[in-house]
Amino acid sequence: MSFSLSTNHDQVVDELIARYPTKMAACIPVLHLCQEQEGWVSPDIIQFVADRLDMSTSQVKGVVTFYTMYHQEKVAPNVVWVCRTLSCDLRGAKTIQEHLERRLGCGVGGTSRDGKVTLLKAECLAACGNAPMIQLNDEFHEHLDIAKLDRVLDELGVAPMPAELRTAPPVSSPSSAATAADQSEEE
Amino acid sequence: MADRDPILSDRFGTEESWTLPVAERLGAYKQARSALTGMPPEKVLEEVKAANIRGRGGAGFPAGVKWGFLPKDREVTYLVINADEGEPGTFKDRQIMEKDPHRLIEGCIIAMHAIRAHVTYIYVRCELVTSIRRLEAAIEDARKKGYLGKRPFGVDFEMDVHVHPGAGAYICGEETALLNSLEGKRGEPRLKPPFPAVIGAFGQPTIVNNVETIAAVPDVIDRGGKAWSDISLLPESFRDGGTRLYGVSGHVKNPGVFEAPVGITLRDLIYDLGGGMLHDDRPLKGVIPGGSSTPVIHPDHKVNAPKDDDPMHPWHGMSHLDVPMGVDTMRNIGTMLGTCCAIVMDSSVNMTEAARNLMKFYAHESCGQCTPCREGSGWLVDVLDQIASGKGTRADVDMLVDISNNMMGNTICALADGTAMPMLGFIRKYPEDFYSAVEQGMGENERLDAAVRRSLYAEAAE
Repeated sequence: MSFSLSTNHDQVVDELIARYPTKMAACIPVLHLCQEQEGWVSPDIIQFVADRLDMSTSQVKGVVTFYTMYHQEKVAPNVVWVCRTLSCDLRGAKTIQEHLERRLGCGVGGTSRDGKVTLLKAECLAACGNAPMIQLNDEFHEHLDIAKLDRVLDELGVAPMPAELRTAPPVSSPSSAATAADQSEEE
Repeated sequence: MADRDPILSDRFGTEESWTLPVAERLGAYKQARSALTGMPPEKVLEEVKAANIRGRGGAGFPAGVKWGFLPKDREVTYLVINADEGEPGTFKDRQIMEKDPHRLIEGCIIAMHAIRAHVTYIYVRCELVTSIRRLEAAIEDARKKGYLGKRPFGVDFEMDVHVHPGAGAYICGEETALLNSLEGKRGEPRLKPPFPAVIGAFGQPTIVNNVETIAAVPDVIDRGGKAWSDISLLPESFRDGGTRLYGVSGHVKNPGVFEAPVGITLRDLIYDLGGGMLHDDRPLKGVIPGGSSTPVIHPDHKVNAPKDDDPMHPWHGMSHLDVPMGVDTMRNIGTMLGTCCAIVMDSSVNMTEAARNLMKFYAHESCGQCTPCREGSGWLVDVLDQIASGKGTRADVDMLVDISNNMMGNTICALADGTAMPMLGFIRKYPEDFYSAVEQGMGENERLDAAVRRSLYAEAAE
């Protein structure tokens, strides 16, 4: 099964090529375009880009494997990137990640129980002043807390947290560990 | 710190400031018009040199001097804007691209005129979707108005600007990696020399500048290089001019991006602009001054410059927090100014864990080309993991130092140095955190978000 771009997208490729003195320079934006259409970068896409830009497949594959934003495997229709670099971590990114993992029912790199969301960990997304934050598809959601995060997930149609996973809010002192309690955090 | 009218960010607060009609009503493109129609390229270069703009991307190299490195007999010249903002803690360029893309484009026009380039590529990391959309819309509007194209402002010198998206690689903020990425290759840094000014994009002389550096150019033309330089609070001898964007994040009440003259202090940034420490009962433990590659500063450490002829003598005996922030002043106290975006950490932070967070970042982002960096950054994480798990020994702390020393200066680009320097800084400034982690481990609860965890649930609990 070979890959081809939609007519609209294919015109964009010509425009992209015209921007640069070499065809190869369009490689990164063209790969983005293909991924936008297909959801991931399949081996067929690598072949397509190589043919279209007069590159070898190994050159294109080298590019695809170098950059983190190309999905080399199929992902869910929605992708959540949670920033875990220092500024976000100081403001609660680990707590955000843990809440995501519990509610989605998957770890980083996995896909939610309902198949709607793939959860990935990001490095600094230049939103340090608005930490903690996630990127959901194209959009940044900043200044997060648990309630705001839950609203974002609700809008996406993600099922609420399973009752057995609901825990009490953690205490702030590092010396006394958060313990699971019957209280729901949504209360 | 006296309140000053914003210059670089004067349009940020206006509604729809990213659209051409609004930006133009507030003065956009006036300087491009006057430069293209009234100033010979040499005159623009002269003003930019006089402005003492130290590169805002982190290295602090004077922009005017860089422009002067272009060979005289060149045929094709490229301008490339580094908008691959990804240095942890740094979020200032995004403000310019989202709130005032026309200022960047105007800067590109003036710079292209000065260096005789017909094309600019703005390399934006693809995660910054809003920045890319607004820049592309702004470029389109500028083209329609005739500010870009065959005859910008009626001058017979074709100019165009293109946005080139990245694809997620911190290393592409390194200028030669960025050029490889622009050419459609893996973003692996190139050996220097040749420097990009001689052989850059597509084998041609290329100037690579940071977003903020180029966004400052219209104001330099407006005020004149000398007057713009004099906005700086630093003594003239430091040749570090103008106004700039400061960021502050982490444990402060009011994190964000603020414009202030070059030469305010970290104390100003944390306690004035940043609104002070997040929790009054948790004092400042350390601050990373300008992005994660700049070594951490300990507030109790003091400037030691007893000799009269030492450029740091005016601040002898003062806390590092009270040194005016400049490229050379920060270097002289053993750190770097970097991107001027500070990460503030309060007393809840264990520096072993802060270091582990950042070293994981560098291990992930090392491009893998050079062995000392690829292996060294991974080893740093492994050793820190071992310490964090409570299985470390005191010799492991020495090993962190040893690995770091073997990374520095042994690689093609500065990523290894940018990994090793902060690692060494953490150990040198906070050895007790590392030794106590070795002796007692860090335990499950040594989390970086210990200070704020409960507040994240506050709204849900109400």
